[in-house]
Formats: sequence, structure tokens, C-alpha cells
Amino acid sequence: MSAVRDSVMERGVPDGSRMNADSRLSVEQVSYAYSPNPSQAPVFTLEATSFQVKSGEIVAVLGPNASGKSTVLKLVAGALQPLSGRILLNGMETHLMGARLRAQKIAMVQQESQLLFPAKVWEFVLQGRHPHGKSLRFETESDVTIAKDALGQVGAHHLMDRWMDQISGGEKQRVILARALAQQPTLLLLDEPTLHLDIGAQVDFLHTLKKLTIANKYAVLIVTHELNLAGEYADQVVLMQKGKSLRVGTPSSVYQRDLLEQVFQTQLVVEQRVNGRPRVSVLEKSE
Amino acid sequence: MQPLTLGKVAVRCGILAVILFVVVVIALKFGAVPVSLYGLAKDLIGVLIGRSSEISSEYGMIIREIRLPRIAMGIFVGASLSVAGTSFQALLRNPLADPYVLGVSQGAAVGSILALVIEPHIAMRPEIAAVFTPLGGFIGATLTVLVVFFLGRYRGEIENRTLLLSGVIAGMFLGAIISMLITMLPSSSTRGITVWLMGDLSTPMPPILAWVLRTGFFVCFALIYLTASDLNLLLAGEKEAMHLGVDVRKVQIVVYLAASALTGLAVSVSGSIGYVGLLVPHVMRLIFGSDYRMLLPAAAFGGAIAVVIADTAARTVAAPSELPVGAITAIVGAPLFIYLLRRKLA
Repeated sequence: MSAVRDSVMERGVPDGSRMNADSRLSVEQVSYAYSPNPSQAPVFTLEATSFQVKSGEIVAVLGPNASGKSTVLKLVAGALQPLSGRILLNGMETHLMGARLRAQKIAMVQQESQLLFPAKVWEFVLQGRHPHGKSLRFETESDVTIAKDALGQVGAHHLMDRWMDQISGGEKQRVILARALAQQPTLLLLDEPTLHLDIGAQVDFLHTLKKLTIANKYAVLIVTHELNLAGEYADQVVLMQKGKSLRVGTPSSVYQRDLLEQVFQTQLVVEQRVNGRPRVSVLEKSE
Repeated sequence: MQPLTLGKVAVRCGILAVILFVVVVIALKFGAVPVSLYGLAKDLIGVLIGRSSEISSEYGMIIREIRLPRIAMGIFVGASLSVAGTSFQALLRNPLADPYVLGVSQGAAVGSILALVIEPHIAMRPEIAAVFTPLGGFIGATLTVLVVFFLGRYRGEIENRTLLLSGVIAGMFLGAIISMLITMLPSSSTRGITVWLMGDLSTPMPPILAWVLRTGFFVCFALIYLTASDLNLLLAGEKEAMHLGVDVRKVQIVVYLAASALTGLAVSVSGSIGYVGLLVPHVMRLIFGSDYRMLLPAAAFGGAIAVVIADTAARTVAAPSELPVGAITAIVGAPLFIYLLRRKLA
């Protein structure tokens, strides 16, 4: 894990992260209804959902397709306005923040970005400094230092001068994470960040994320389909089904065989490992 | 890691400004009356520092009254089209977008043709008559912009695919109206329309129109340039831009309106000069990269240089008769575009 060693050796922790000591995301009884047309009945409803993410903690939102995971993420990101309830980041409602302030506090890691024109890796990471810039946003020396540190922290320093479309999927995901770190956020949101990665790259990515979450005291909310990776790396999980949050708690308390079988509609086995983390195996479907 | 600085932008713009100056001096030399290049350069600097009266009297009138205004028109038309194209490419996230993609030019053409048709039938003061056709063009362009904007909105937000499709359809519809008007009207009242449709700088502009074009360019350019770093992020998509702190809706509206106004102004005075707004942005992107803080001013200079050169060719290759400048930009532009496309594929 050269990435982790780099970050520990360089101590290149972005300044903002030192102020994150008591940051906290509170999702309080939040609901939402989506209808394609205002005059039609909603086609998807998110029922009152509550959970918290403390600094230095990874919370994973789990559930089958169309369970409302992405809606929760969009609501937290402030892209959607809750129908009821509120989402507070250090006491401020996320959807009421201006775009710029929000981007200073919340960073989003999505799947691969489609670029219209080619960009170098360093240019891409510097985009993370956009919300902190003045008018015209010409990057300063300190922006460059922060971007370099961010690349170092995810172990991608050597990719700096490569083109974004000429690096592997795993490398790209690290670079996208670096851009989020360069935003110096308090809250880090990740939307299925390991979707296109092989198993080694998935573990690598989450291991780096875990170290950084603790070192930089980020509050991290991650949406994923990977039950085992979430079980291994998340401090809390929120299990969702059809717009309801069924259970919130530690992975070992939420990963109950009956519950998971009912949610994912498949037979599976849950083992509790010696490190206290659960492991889920899927059983062959009986006809 | 060498990020763009204001200094770098200034130096590169300085170099482009020198190239533009040289092109202008050469363009001034071409014409029926021979003039020395050295004398021209010296006199042009005199004009730039506000001592235009010192131009020697033998050719001063030709330079001041005929060639310079036409070149100035070429500069602002070229810069407007190129900046508009660069902006639309980011706004619509489409490298094939040009200033005419949303139907603004066809709207301006319909407005201008209608103005040409009704002009002889109504009595008006000469100063209004002088700007009547361009005014008609600008009104046509404005109405098109508003209609396309209205059609391109979905749930109160600009949706770039819907906007693009609405623009393309509006352009086709207005194109049909242009064909109909040209066919139905007597040839005497549509004389010059065909040339105008191809883009033409030979009609002298009244000073007030020159002022409007100049001021309009600087205002719209400033508005777009203030969003330059936001446009860099919009290239990656609206959602990403939003998560990086861009007020997407505001930027879209500002850029859409300013880029449309630039197109409307340029088309109203010169017709639709093709390819400049599509190609110059791509050529500048190859040279300077795709950072909009550099690309927008580079596109402005590049567009100005391209149109001044094309217009000089239009005036001289078939002298004493003139070709429409749009024919030159299309003849050079189409092969250049194919070359760039092949190069990209390779």
C-alpha cells in the first residue's frame, strides 16, 4: 500500500481536514417522492429515513436496485430537496447551501467521468480546487500543493502527467477520489465507486479510503452493491428496500440471514468472522 | 503540473494580437490603390494611439473610410462567431456545435428578408432605413433564441439534448420559410439575399451599427469569460459541475443568451459566414488546449484573423468582382475540418 505509506510519510493532509474533528451528517426523518410529471402520482417514494455519519466514519447504504440508495445520496448531496425532514451537515441544511459553499463541504465521487475533450490527470485533480477559487479561478501555488498532496494520498502521484483517457479503470477511480480530496470536504459521498473495478482494485480502493477517512476525519457515505466490501470496511450500514430504510447499525448487527434473504430475494449464508466482520455467500438457486 | 496563470493568458493573447495586427496591415494593402506596407503599419499604429488625422492624405480616405471599417467589421464578426461557437460547444457538450446550430442564423435571415421586403413600402427616416435590415435580422434572431430557449426547457431546467433538438428543428423550419420567401418573392426584392445567406462583408455598416457590434461583442465576451472556469467543468457534465460548485443553471442561461446575442449581432450585419464558429475553436484547442480561460480569448483572436484573411481573399482572388466571404470560409473550412477529424481518429 504505497498510497498509505506516501500519505503517512508526506503528512500531506489538506488543511481543511484538520477542522473536521467534530463534523457530522444528520439525516432526520427525510422523505422524498419522485414523479415524472407534477400532475401524476409519484412513481417512487422514499419513506422517512434517519441515520447519522460522524467524522472518521464510513457509512454504507445497501440495498437492491430501485431501493432508494441513489435518492438518499442525491438528497444528502443537496441536489434534491426533501419532501419532509431535514439533512444537516454541521447544523446547515445541505439543499439550502449555495453551490459553491456546498462544494467546499461536500465532495462526490461518481463513476467514470465522460470527458468531451482530453485532460491531463493534474488538470482533472485541480478542478477540485474550483469551489475555493476566486473569480476566474486561476489556481494558486497552494492549490497546486493541495492537488499534489491529494494525488499522493491516493497513491497516484506518478500518474500526474498522464492523460485521463489513457489510464486504467482502477487508476481513474483513484484520480477521481483525489479530485474529491482536493476539495477539502468534510463529507465525502461515493456512488458505487468500485463498480467497474476488479476485486484487487476494489480492496485497494476501499483500503485507501478507510485510511484517509480516519487520517483526515472525513464523514463518508458510500452507496454500494458490494455486501462483503461494505461488511469489511463500513462502520455502519443502512439497509434499504423499496424506498424504506429497514435497518441501521453495524454490519454484524444488520447482516442477518433472514433479513438479507428477504431484501435481496436470494438464498445466502452469513458467517461472522473472527475480526467481528460478517461475510455473505450466495447459495446456488434451487429450482 | 503547470496550471494556467493570468500571465500566460496575457502573453499568448499578446502574440495573437501581434499576428492580428500583421494580418490587418496586409489586408489593408490589398485593393485597387497600391499602398506601401511600411507606411500602413506606421499609420495603423497612429490610428491605434488615437492620432488618425496623421494618415497621409493621398490614401487616408481609402484606408479610413473604406478598407479599415470593413476590416473592423470582419474582426468583430469573426471574433463573435468563434466565441459563440466555443461557448455552444461547452454549453451543449457537443464538439460539433457551431453558432448556427440552434437556428439563430436562420431566424436572423428570415427577419432580414422580411425587412428587405417591407422596407420599400414604408416611409422612414434615412438613419433608420440604414439599419433597417440588420435590425430585422436581429429581431428575427432574438425571437428564435427565445422560442428555442422556451422549447428546450424541461421542468424549468435547460436540458442540453432537448435544447439542441429544438434548435435544429427551429433551424429547419425557418430554413423552409427562407426557401419559400425566396421562391415566392419577385427577384428584384430578394437581390443580394443569396449572397447575404452565404455571408458577406461588402455592405458598409453605418457607424452606429459598428458601435453596436463592437460594444455588443465586448459585453457578451466579458459575460461569457466570467464563466470560463465554470465552462471547463460543464464539459464534464452538469452533475459533476454542480458537485464542484458551479451554479449550473445560472451559467447555462448567461452563456446561452450571450452566445446567442453574439451570433445574432454577427449574422445581422454579415449573413451566416460558415465554418468559422466551428473550426476556429477546434484549431485553437489543438494549439492552446481546452481550458476555456485561454480558449475563449484565443478563439476571439483566431476568429478575427480567419475572417479578415478570408475577406481579403474574397475581395482579391476574383478582382474586380467580389466573392462572398462565406464561400471562401466554406471552401477552406470543409477540407480543414475533415483533416482535423481524420487526425483525431488517427
